[in-house]
Amino acid sequence: MKQSKFWAWVIFGLGAAYFIVPLVATFEFSLKMRRGHYSFDSYASVFSDPAFQATFGYSTLVGLFAILVGVLIVVPAVYFVRLRLPHLRPLMEFVTLLPLIIPAIVLVYGYIRLYNSSSLLPFTGSALGTDILLVFGYVTLALPYMYRAVDTGMRTIDIKTLTEAAQIMGASTATIIARIILPNILVAVLSGAFLTFAIVIGEFTIASLLNRPAFGPYLQNVGANRAYEPSALAIISFIITWGAMGMINVLGRFAPRTSARTD
Amino acid sequence: MTEDQFLRVDALTKSFGTNQVVKGVSFGFGKGEFISLLGPSGCGKTTILRMIAGFETPTTGTIRVAGEDITHLRPNQRKLGMVFQAYALFPNLTVGDNIGFGLKVAGMGREERRARVEEMLRLIGLPGFEKRYPYEMSGGQQQRVALARAIAPKPRLLLLDEPLSALDAKIRVSLRGEIRAIQQDLGITTVFVTHDQEEAMSISDRIVVMNAGHIEQMGSAHEIYNRPQTRFVATFVGQLNTLPAATFGPDRAIRPELVSLAPRPETDMTLTGTVADVGFLGSVLRLRVDVEGAPISIDTFNGHAPPPQRGDTVTLHLARKDVLALGA
Ligand SMILES: Nc1ncnc2c1ncn2[C@@H]1O[C@H](COP(=O)(O)OP(=O)(O)O)[C@@H](O)[C@H]1O
Ligand SMILES: [Mg+2]
Repeated sequence: MKQSKFWAWVIFGLGAAYFIVPLVATFEFSLKMRRGHYSFDSYASVFSDPAFQATFGYSTLVGLFAILVGVLIVVPAVYFVRLRLPHLRPLMEFVTLLPLIIPAIVLVYGYIRLYNSSSLLPFTGSALGTDILLVFGYVTLALPYMYRAVDTGMRTIDIKTLTEAAQIMGASTATIIARIILPNILVAVLSGAFLTFAIVIGEFTIASLLNRPAFGPYLQNVGANRAYEPSALAIISFIITWGAMGMINVLGRFAPRTSARTD
Repeated sequence: MTEDQFLRVDALTKSFGTNQVVKGVSFGFGKGEFISLLGPSGCGKTTILRMIAGFETPTTGTIRVAGEDITHLRPNQRKLGMVFQAYALFPNLTVGDNIGFGLKVAGMGREERRARVEEMLRLIGLPGFEKRYPYEMSGGQQQRVALARAIAPKPRLLLLDEPLSALDAKIRVSLRGEIRAIQQDLGITTVFVTHDQEEAMSISDRIVVMNAGHIEQMGSAHEIYNRPQTRFVATFVGQLNTLPAATFGPDRAIRPELVSLAPRPETDMTLTGTVADVGFLGSVLRLRVDVEGAPISIDTFNGHAPPPQRGDTVTLHLARKDVLALGA
């Protein structure tokens, strides 16, 4: 008993060190910008860089749109497949896994070929068009996570009976999704949203190849040209991503409560 | 419209693939009646109710409410109310918003809605519960809220699919009384699905006994119990003793409460048997008596006289007119 616990702790410690040591080292290095003693100079330098603000703002906006489009596509799709076409669920599972199998670089080359300025849908012909294409690209990248989050959320409520209860009282499908389904899976949708945001904020390949001023390419640029700021940025990115993950955990407590009682 | 035409179902069938689960069902009922669809699990009761609600499309046949053909209307166009076995309250909405949901969808204003919700909560005996959430309430309370939610928009028909099955026995009995009282109070035409014959008999004006997708018999609880028209109805509804064929001929039966140990004014024949078992049910004793090899159960009041013992020879009294001939 004691023995097995000891080894469990050793293995846990090794695993934790694997993640924590580089993180601590990076953090320590990011504090060394001023010679001789620790300071937050590199962070000040990062935050005062106009390019940081611009790219971070841009990626945040793109992330918000990716979340919006993702929710508008995924929630009704999962709802209708679960309700009316349950036999299509395996296909849906497979399709939503594709973005994990197909590298982003393949995806973006496909986009460029399909939507170049001489195509029928010349998305890349204008900056706005390219922004839209970028949003769709991120919706695709986040699809596996958004789909699973929403699907898990819908599994915890009896969507068939709730839908029928609302229908018989005269509600339309749009009303049912907006007033009954969405509020009951809000926690799941938000966790999908934070995952989407975490993916978008650091994404490099698509943004870079579409030549958009996003945070990912900025990170790469700073990393190639500066000494201490990249470490500071790494820590900042980490905090943002972990903040998003932490929010998912916090939100889990607000999941709908079961009311199946017999008394 | 004649009296029995408010809810009119004609030649209704439903197949899932090649499996026909409703096999030509027709019935008509009057406004304000409480009707039960009674039958064993899997006989198609829920499927019929869901076709009335519009959740399933009949393979053939028509459904009319107040003379209007609703067979192909969408559920949200039918103006019906429904209560489900699993309560199905909206977990994200308060009790007040649950009850007010149908009213809001119909476009009723806030003040009018609030008043109606309050009225409904008083009706179901839960005044002041507007702000509660479903998970804060017991199953019985939730099902009462579900009932209030279904009747708040004044539906033309109230449909209930085994609404008591998820509840404990005690609440089941008290809530069925409440449902019946509210139904009579409002005069709302109600279709109640159950597999529990006692439940159906205790609250219905009329009962439709179903078996394997078709109707066996329709009538009041009294008619169904006392004059079962088929062997299925006779055996499914209430207890039944098969009488020894040697004396009575084949397929003759009698209810346990119509056999007694003492003669009664109407009894005109006797049987002799041996007590095989004595069961004590409180105010009633249930004896199992062996008559010519056929076990006959009889119910007798637990009076002052000491009960018969196992192995005693007893004389049973019954009336010929109470003997049921079980047909097909
Ligand atoms: N959606 C469906 N698809 C296929 N078979 C079904 C479906 N719904 C019900 N059935 C079948 O129809 C029969 C009757 O079901 P149901 O109406 O629920 O019976 P009851 O309510 O009397 O217990 C059952 O054999 C059931 O398996
Ligand atoms: Mg059923």
